[in-house]
Amino acid sequence: MEKTIKKFWPIFVVPTLAAFLVGFLWPFLQGLYLSFCKFITIDKADWNGLKNYIFALTETNFQHSFWFTALFTIVSTICINIAAFAIALALTRNFKGTNTFRSIFFMPNLIGGIVLGYIWNILLNCVLSLLGKPLLSLYAPYGFIGLVILMCWQQIGYMMIIYIAGLQSIPNDYLEAASIDGASNWKVLWKIKIPNVMPSITICLFLSLTNGFKLFDQNLALTGGDPNHQTEMLALNIYETFYGRSGAAWKGYGQAKAVLFCILVIAISLIQLRATRSKEVQQ
Amino acid sequence: MTQANKIKDRVLTVVMTLLSLIWIYPIIMIFFNSLKKDTSISTGTAFELPNAESFTGLSNYVDSITAKGFPKAFWYSLVITVMSVILILVCCSMCAWFITRVHTWYSKALYFLFVFSMVVPFQMLMFTLSATANRLQLDTPYTICIIYLGFGAGLAVFMFCGFMKSVPIEIEEAAMIDGCGPVRTFFLVVMPILKPTLISVGILEVMWLWNDYLLPYLVLDRTKGYMTIPILIQYFRGSYGKVEMGPMMASIMLNIIPIIIVYLVCQKHIIKGVAAGAVKG
Repeated sequence: MEKTIKKFWPIFVVPTLAAFLVGFLWPFLQGLYLSFCKFITIDKADWNGLKNYIFALTETNFQHSFWFTALFTIVSTICINIAAFAIALALTRNFKGTNTFRSIFFMPNLIGGIVLGYIWNILLNCVLSLLGKPLLSLYAPYGFIGLVILMCWQQIGYMMIIYIAGLQSIPNDYLEAASIDGASNWKVLWKIKIPNVMPSITICLFLSLTNGFKLFDQNLALTGGDPNHQTEMLALNIYETFYGRSGAAWKGYGQAKAVLFCILVIAISLIQLRATRSKEVQQ
Repeated sequence: MTQANKIKDRVLTVVMTLLSLIWIYPIIMIFFNSLKKDTSISTGTAFELPNAESFTGLSNYVDSITAKGFPKAFWYSLVITVMSVILILVCCSMCAWFITRVHTWYSKALYFLFVFSMVVPFQMLMFTLSATANRLQLDTPYTICIIYLGFGAGLAVFMFCGFMKSVPIEIEEAAMIDGCGPVRTFFLVVMPILKPTLISVGILEVMWLWNDYLLPYLVLDRTKGYMTIPILIQYFRGSYGKVEMGPMMASIMLNIIPIIIVYLVCQKHIIKGVAAGAVKG
């Protein structure tokens, strides 16, 4: 059977592969090459060696946005996962309306980042102006808190669904055996539920970490990097370097930053998967 | 059930009700604001309900539908989403079947490449991708689906492969022995078995495509007026000088309403799809 299928590769593989070459592989390799060049358009690129990288690594804006992104990702990952797990625990109990609650908590996920950003921009600015505090785009710490609230609102529902699926797949025997043995709720949580949903925890941590690092739309719509690039995250910083500046050198700097960003995201994914995979329980 | 448990459940119901009210409040707030006059929406008054003075009925909606290019953006968003999803589902499931059934070095290499592409952030290729799309004339709403197929292939192929491994190979072998060619075997035997996965992947892709902002913003040729809804909403703030809050609120609502309707209709599939996607991921 394998041989017959093999002969049909032009039908099965070529459409996807051709699009993949155009939509991913070729731009990726070209981007890698251009990160060593000085260019405005793709046809006019002059080899520039490592200058772009040196500039990117020494630019204070880029360093600032790295730390800002890192801090944001850590804070939002912790908030999202604890809240989502707690809600999932509550909603896997048997009481009326759990399905409705699930639907409501999940809903913000369906709305796009740009729209979410504007909704919260209006809402938070209104709260701040009623309190007589500076607006989001004028005071960076509020921008940071706003981003965390926005991400929590969007992502908790998604992670909750994954945690619920994990909690529901725990065999009932375990829980029954524990209750017969007289284990307290707290013990059941730590000794049975958490070890058994470790695969879900891996996935959720992975998703919220990479989502945090790659965040763009929400950042653009909520604060736009104001005030003075202080709430600019890595993705937005790269975008601004590419399209917000004029001059021959900036596109090269942007591409070099993008390569560094890409390496960072890949590294995080690898470390994260390795670290939590080892803690999973074999069912 | 014990008394203590009953009280606990009651407390939880109250807490969850309050929490879900907070959860939907932002959307309700936008809805009320979309009914207000342009001049009555400012940063300090967003929480106020529309009153006799500020209420304008549906005029903001009429305004954004008739004058602000919303129907066009809606149509383009719809075309892009539908065409790309169909293309991704058909092509990627075929490719994934080939990868899981043919065991050679290149099918493994292909799989690795697709998984790799899932992790790479869009910023890495945004400049070169938009240039490539421009050159190949893939910058219209009707051809951008090829770009989406390429860029979105990673997740789809990965999910299909994960599911394909658990499909019993015997059924396919039986079909092939009975004289069914690979193409017919795939469409008549494998596709029906794949249906739940097709729905899951389709939902994840729709959620991404409908809301995607940066890729269409950079790729689509805006000189010809091509824009999607997220781009339109971004435009309200960006290039109109003064922000027209009323029509912007109405556009936000018009963007959210179809999503909520679809969500209410196929809620179960969506939630299952997300859970399945995560387990495979």
